[in-house]
Amino acid sequence: MIKDMLKLFISNKKALTGVIILIFFLTIAIFAPIIAPYGPKQSRDESGKFELRAEPSLKHPLGTSHAGYDLFSRLIYGTRLSLGVGISTGIITTFIALTLGLFSGYYGGVIDEIISFINNIFLVIPSLPLVIVVASYITIKGVLPIILVLSLTGWAWGTRVIRSQVLSVREREFVKVAEVLGEKPLIIVFREIFPNIISLVMATFFTSTIAAVIGEATLEFIGLGNLSTVTWGTMLYWAQNNAALLYNAWWWFLPPGLFIGLLGTSFALMNFAIDEISNPKIRKR
Amino acid sequence: MKYFLRRILWLIFAIFVALTINFILPRLMPGDPATILIQRLEGLEPSAIEAVRTAFGLETDKNIVIQYWDYLVNLAHGDLGISISHYPTPVWDVLKKALPWTIGLMGLSTIFSFVIGTFIGIGIAWKRKSKISDAILGLFLFIRSFPYFWFGLILVYFLAFNNPFFPLGGAHSTRLMPADGLAYFKSVLYHGFLPGLTITISSMGYWILTIRNNMINVLAEDYITVAKAKGLSASRIRNLYAAKNAILPSISGFAMALGFVIGGSLLTEMVFSYPGVGFMLFQAVQQQDYPLLQAIFLFIILGVLFSNFIADIVIMLLDPRVRDGGSR
Repeated sequence: MIKDMLKLFISNKKALTGVIILIFFLTIAIFAPIIAPYGPKQSRDESGKFELRAEPSLKHPLGTSHAGYDLFSRLIYGTRLSLGVGISTGIITTFIALTLGLFSGYYGGVIDEIISFINNIFLVIPSLPLVIVVASYITIKGVLPIILVLSLTGWAWGTRVIRSQVLSVREREFVKVAEVLGEKPLIIVFREIFPNIISLVMATFFTSTIAAVIGEATLEFIGLGNLSTVTWGTMLYWAQNNAALLYNAWWWFLPPGLFIGLLGTSFALMNFAIDEISNPKIRKR
Repeated sequence: MKYFLRRILWLIFAIFVALTINFILPRLMPGDPATILIQRLEGLEPSAIEAVRTAFGLETDKNIVIQYWDYLVNLAHGDLGISISHYPTPVWDVLKKALPWTIGLMGLSTIFSFVIGTFIGIGIAWKRKSKISDAILGLFLFIRSFPYFWFGLILVYFLAFNNPFFPLGGAHSTRLMPADGLAYFKSVLYHGFLPGLTITISSMGYWILTIRNNMINVLAEDYITVAKAKGLSASRIRNLYAAKNAILPSISGFAMALGFVIGGSLLTEMVFSYPGVGFMLFQAVQQQDYPLLQAIFLFIILGVLFSNFIADIVIMLLDPRVRDGGSR
């Protein structure tokens, strides 16, 4: 079942494009030291200090910043944290959503009432303002608080979808049979129900990862991140706060945003493909 | 009627929870931001420091239940505390100036985005095998993946900075007052165009995708096949048989999406220095104006809750299953 899904997934043109883009970014993140000509915080080499606010040239493909950092190298190194924060937040969020959704949907009763209630409240509270408020109260700035804040505010949508899918799967015959055969609830949940919601779990992961990549960039752009780290978000912050527009330095703020968008598109495409595969009506015949 | 009552009860309860969250959040935070803030405020008058202490629950002589009661009573009197960055102006007076701009900008952009996006979505679902439909869908999936603020930056760069078609920021020309009538109105539209465009285009992908998927589901229904077999005109089938049934989930998604739209609009305002709630939130964050920050947060939640409620009522009026069934 899972193997078939993977096969369908790869044979889908949209999914394949998404996977290729993601591999592109993973490669950049892993091999950053090899790809980037300079270090992320390097502002001089043997021949002396780098020019400040240099235009793109052979030496600096995307120019340099107000402090003389090579922007191309920063973009490459920034991929590491931006992608890392996105994926870790995606994993944590999906884990929370999956656990709550499975419990809520399978056990029902009081557990379901309580979880659904909290869920409904988190669904209506707009997450970005909440994230901004929480982040601005936190005095320790860094990557970990950002991951925590984004995960703890981002699980509601996934929980709701997973729960309703579990609710419908648990009424199917094979679950009933397993129950009659006296299987333990945990085994039923993981062996019978989980494989049937796997596409939703993946969709939740993709959706929350996009949200996290954009959320991180947003927090950092407002100045709520750790400004000494190098990410796409902090690049945009420095560009905005050092009047990149005034210097006509499009090479400063265009590339980080494009990278965010491309990464987001990759997850969106995979998400879309999953939708097509799991919903035959949407699939093209 | 039962449905209506349930929604009202939920609204009241949710408002209550929102108020409580707003009360608890600053008291839960580690690292004691209040003390740091008060140290920073050394030079300020005692009453300002007192306002901060109240906002943070630093009145250790009062227990938390009394603090909570005081908080609710103050809110009921419209007392949101005193702004630190605009000291000694009350938070409400600061907020009052920003609200109309945001409501106008966001309201109009959201309506445009919804209407245009829904039409595009219906169109591409109807002709979903064409290459053009695929291209439009791909384009909007792509646009949707960008942060609103970056999209705004690009528009500022190309349409306001490099080619000064539009102003760089603000909500109206500083030389004009509301008393100037039409000239003022024109200036407001002119200044709001780029921020509005940013929100409209960035949020449109959501509506396109939602209605498209619903349409495709509906188009697979038997009654569509029957309608085609009866030889009804294509436009009749598309508009009266398919779109009419596909639009409901879009409307119920409206309130849910509003949360994202609000988040995006806040950032758009920051990029365009548009004097609404978002720009104010930005200033409050930068100047650590916690009373203002909290009040803005509260207003945003209330805004979402009420829009949610309105969407629920619209659904009730449109969908007989909800109206008569009572449960959802």
